[in-house]
Amino acid sequence: MDKKGPKEQLTTSKDINLQYAIKGLDLLAAGEASSNIKHTLQLIGFSPAIIRKAAIAAYEAEMNIVIHGRQGFLKAVINPKRIELIAEDTGPGIHDIDLAMTEGYSTAPDYIREMGFGAGMGLPNIKNCADELTIDSSVGKGTILRIIINNY
Amino acid sequence: MNLANLANILEAELICCDFNLEKAVTYVSAGDLMSDILTSTHPNALLVTGLVNVQVVRTAEMLDIAGIVFINGKKPTKEMIGLAIKKGIPLFVTAKSLYLSCGLLYTAGLRNPSIA
Repeated sequence: MDKKGPKEQLTTSKDINLQYAIKGLDLLAAGEASSNIKHTLQLIGFSPAIIRKAAIAAYEAEMNIVIHGRQGFLKAVINPKRIELIAEDTGPGIHDIDLAMTEGYSTAPDYIREMGFGAGMGLPNIKNCADELTIDSSVGKGTILRIIINNY
Repeated sequence: MNLANLANILEAELICCDFNLEKAVTYVSAGDLMSDILTSTHPNALLVTGLVNVQVVRTAEMLDIAGIVFINGKKPTKEMIGLAIKKGIPLFVTAKSLYLSCGLLYTAGLRNPSIA
């Protein structure tokens, strides 16, 4: 994992770009953006295994914005070689990225746990699904996750 | 074992989506923490849970879950049923507990999905 920050995007003119605004604490709508991304990947014809990885990573990232971020965006840049997901929020930022990557560590409030989330598995699960994960976070400003899933 | 067989074992009522009931199911994911459920790797598993909110159906959608069983007689909400119909995910309700449901499913040959 590279914690330094986003790298140059390897985009082409044939990329499909999707972008969704995500509202913090909207637990009813949470997941709609990831659902749309998954549907687009199915229409393009990616394999079920790749789609599943991308859908899980997108959903975990979207839930992180809903739970922790005040607002943000979930973006997808799709080409035949890879799926890039970018989750950007204006939330509190991550104080200690290594700690946040530890299974079971969570700063989510109790009412989020009652909704079935905030078990401290989100970021580690994104890492498991991704070929590359970059976390760029500033305390008090927000967090940008960049997730790459290669299509092979 | 397919969804219809599993519903019989759990004496579960089908709430919506009476299609794909013949789909073969080999694995079960069980629990109330969707964060944990999301780490399981096998598609077409059965999800057994006591959590009742829209994000349970969303989690099932992302994981390609074959069907969801709600335990202890808990009924899914209208929003959940609407989303499940849209995504083609059958929902069931059983009066049995989580422990008993899992015990019956294990005895029937279903297994734990591996963790990513």
